[in-house]
Amino acid sequence: MADQKVVVVGGGLAGLSVTMKLAELGVKVDLLSLTPVKRSHSVCAQGGINSCNDQARQLGDSEWNHLDDTVYGGDFLNHQPPVKEMAYWAPKVIDLMDRLGVPFNRTGEGFIDRRRFGGTLFKRTAFAGATTGQQLLYALDEQVRRSESEGMVKKFEFWDFLGPIKDETGRCRGVIAQDMVSMEIRAFPADAVVVATGGNGLLYGKSTMSVFCTGSAASRCFQAGANYGNGEFIQVHPTAIPGADKLRLMSESARGEGGRVWVPRKPQDPRSPNQIPEGERYYFLEERYPKYGNLVPRDIATREIFDICVNEGLSIDEDRMCVYLDLTHISKAELDRKLGGILEIYEKFQGVDPRFEPMKIFPAVHYSMGGLWSDYVKSGDGGLLPGAPRNQMTSIEGLYAIGECDYHYHGANRLGANSLLSCIFSGLFIGPSIVSYASNQKGGYKQLASSTIEAALAVHTSRHKALLSGNGGNENPYLIHQELGDLMTRVATVVRRNDQLEQAMSKVDDLHQRAMRVSLSDTGNWTNQNVIFAKAVQDMFPMAKTMLKGALLRDECRGAHYKPDFEKPSLTSEEPVERRRQAELWCDEFEANNDRFLKSTIGTWNAETNQPDITYEDIDSSLIPPRPRLYGLVGAETIEEVWNERAAAKKALAKEPALAGAN
Amino acid sequence: MIAPSTTQKKRPKSFRVRVLRQDTPGTESYWELFDVDYEREMNVISVLQRIAAKAETVDGKKVSPVAWDCGCLEEVCGSCSMVINGRVRQSCSALVDNLLNDNPDEIVLEPMSKFPVIRDLVIDRQRLFRALERVQAWVPVDSYYDMGPGERQLREAQEQNYPLSQCMSCGCCLEACPQYTKVELQQQANETAEVFQARKTAAYDSSFLGAHAISQAMLHNHHPTGKSLESERLDTLMGPGGVASCGNAQNCVSVCPKEIPLTTSIARAGRATTIHAVKKWFEK
Repeated sequence: MADQKVVVVGGGLAGLSVTMKLAELGVKVDLLSLTPVKRSHSVCAQGGINSCNDQARQLGDSEWNHLDDTVYGGDFLNHQPPVKEMAYWAPKVIDLMDRLGVPFNRTGEGFIDRRRFGGTLFKRTAFAGATTGQQLLYALDEQVRRSESEGMVKKFEFWDFLGPIKDETGRCRGVIAQDMVSMEIRAFPADAVVVATGGNGLLYGKSTMSVFCTGSAASRCFQAGANYGNGEFIQVHPTAIPGADKLRLMSESARGEGGRVWVPRKPQDPRSPNQIPEGERYYFLEERYPKYGNLVPRDIATREIFDICVNEGLSIDEDRMCVYLDLTHISKAELDRKLGGILEIYEKFQGVDPRFEPMKIFPAVHYSMGGLWSDYVKSGDGGLLPGAPRNQMTSIEGLYAIGECDYHYHGANRLGANSLLSCIFSGLFIGPSIVSYASNQKGGYKQLASSTIEAALAVHTSRHKALLSGNGGNENPYLIHQELGDLMTRVATVVRRNDQLEQAMSKVDDLHQRAMRVSLSDTGNWTNQNVIFAKAVQDMFPMAKTMLKGALLRDECRGAHYKPDFEKPSLTSEEPVERRRQAELWCDEFEANNDRFLKSTIGTWNAETNQPDITYEDIDSSLIPPRPRLYGLVGAETIEEVWNERAAAKKALAKEPALAGAN
Repeated sequence: MIAPSTTQKKRPKSFRVRVLRQDTPGTESYWELFDVDYEREMNVISVLQRIAAKAETVDGKKVSPVAWDCGCLEEVCGSCSMVINGRVRQSCSALVDNLLNDNPDEIVLEPMSKFPVIRDLVIDRQRLFRALERVQAWVPVDSYYDMGPGERQLREAQEQNYPLSQCMSCGCCLEACPQYTKVELQQQANETAEVFQARKTAAYDSSFLGAHAISQAMLHNHHPTGKSLESERLDTLMGPGGVASCGNAQNCVSVCPKEIPLTTSIARAGRATTIHAVKKWFEK
């Protein structure tokens, strides 16, 4: 094997796991990150990581169930082969993390303890206190430091990825990046490039994400020709702590450990929560969703909290929307052992001890289900073909995307504790795919033509210089960012309406033009955070436009994308025959809607119009046929009955020719 | 309790923030004073955000925005350490209401003094990460293939390891430590980046490791597989800048934002190195 080099952009769980796997396979890695990799946003993940496990298995769980929960929770927008591969790898991922020293919580006998998370009825989630992301990240950071000490990995921390280098055939041959300290712009030639740069919560101004989650790296790949999938699918987490600079996450594990969500039945009851008797509390999730209770999938919990505050007027406070998340019925010792980290965050930032007083929480933008479109190769058993070069490759040859910045695994809504899994799994899984891709290329990273490098450098150098010189503009990038964030939060979060989306699109066009005319208060060439931020803000707009247009065109409700004007109603009739007829009609409409919208939204950037072009891609649902998502719907039993009959009929029909063939 | 008291005094319309600034490494630092409009629930991060958006001193002079480092804003990434009103801490969890309770006149922000300043409040913590490499703070597994689970561990062991594993490499313990002194080198005119880096690494490797790294060494020595490097780690802890450099001031443990029992780790390291030294003497 010739000397190979891969550039990995981003050092969260996905970036670190692919880096250590590549190093193990003998490939040298240049690892670029905006921040020391140990400080990447994965550190904020709290609740845990899912896998089928010995105990759950004996209660009826299986990897197949994990796949089923994931695609059902994701409203069937997920391509199923990657999800299947992930679910079957999950127990192995946990085992490896265990070997790497992650201090998972233990049972009395010393096994890895598990808790329940949203969207499943099994205890599938392994956890390390309430800082599981931090603990996983540190274990991988340590392994990469080990590879670094062996000379296989070179880290470039505080470097900003500016864009891929494409050769004359369109293949990605490396990246251009900028040192955020010295402001030097240079090329990193490579045999292949992996972007693992996380989500884009900063498009919404305030979210649960870290300050680096601007989405700029994905946007730069998008503008360079990589397609973007399912941009409109943004997860709004049901429980966050409102704040001036950030909305801090309050993990789903709080509900996984028994936390209950409620509001006083009397609007804005002035009594302190502990004085409100049980009968005067409205546990609305438990009442509305008896089966899953407080652990309904996130999109549903978020909409219900929103509904309680906005439509029912039952917010605890009058001047700001919030509901109670109550843990006070659980013993302090147990809370400290299993949730200590997140309870400390609440206590530090809010000044109230959640062990003794219910927390006040409200939904916040949390996760991008959408991301760079990436390919996969299906195996004979319906999973992924290991080592196939196209696994996780974007529409730019040689450019891979993994982790939150790709569009696989989570469909229209991500289940809690599946993201850490998807990051680590995809990083480990594509190591061999990249090696086999790189081995079959003619020109290696050392043979990259200097003219190609010079041309790519020139583009980014001139952009940088133009920004510093000001170009006669007078716009403030911080204020533009704030305006964009306010607008996106208003129209593209929990509830979406077409008139609002249309208006927002024209406002975003204006803002985009203004963003191109920013004037910087710092025009120096040393640790200029101002210019780095201005570039990131400019690059938010192609993403924002793709999210808004995708949302506008998708006239349906699916997972996190909720348009009340296109909501399918519950059944109204109590009379059995009529109810049955309504259920038949409901299922007809459901099928017709799937024919139209059960497709990935694919955005392609059009530099001439400065707008995304949107097309649709069929989804591989070959393993589990899509079925209605009926959490809490009135008449769900009748619809399910009708649906099951239809599904059985279809199955029988599909089997007949196969049987005939076998004879 | 760090959180705001419920009986808050009436708040001012605005308040003063004094920042110790420095344009580039090795140059003179200077103070600048800013006026920031008061808002509910502000922390030092949101104060710096307002300063960045306005970039104007109290006398109306246009200046470059103050540079600073931050990440998660929920005290788990370790980025935003700085010295606030004379005390090292994370700026995200430094709430303005509390700071104004302590000192209504102004909030004073300075970079950490034990690390080279890159610009303003941004400092270079390479040495801190290098120390983790020196003590080989990792579990030396054979491979990343599927080899089944790790060794079973009792809850007690997990409960001992987890607190140490929460160290976010923020550097507060090092700032507070009298024995941890600044190592700052300047790149020579004719020196390449690689040669400069090698010179820096050599300088770091002869200086004090610091409480964080000693604690990580003990964490990994306590792991069933991590233990296989115990002897190498103890050699490092006995070498230059090792555990003997600790002056037992115990400042580290009192400033740690994660309340990690650093002095317990140091004491364990002290005992372990003594036993290790005796063993080595007998094996000679």
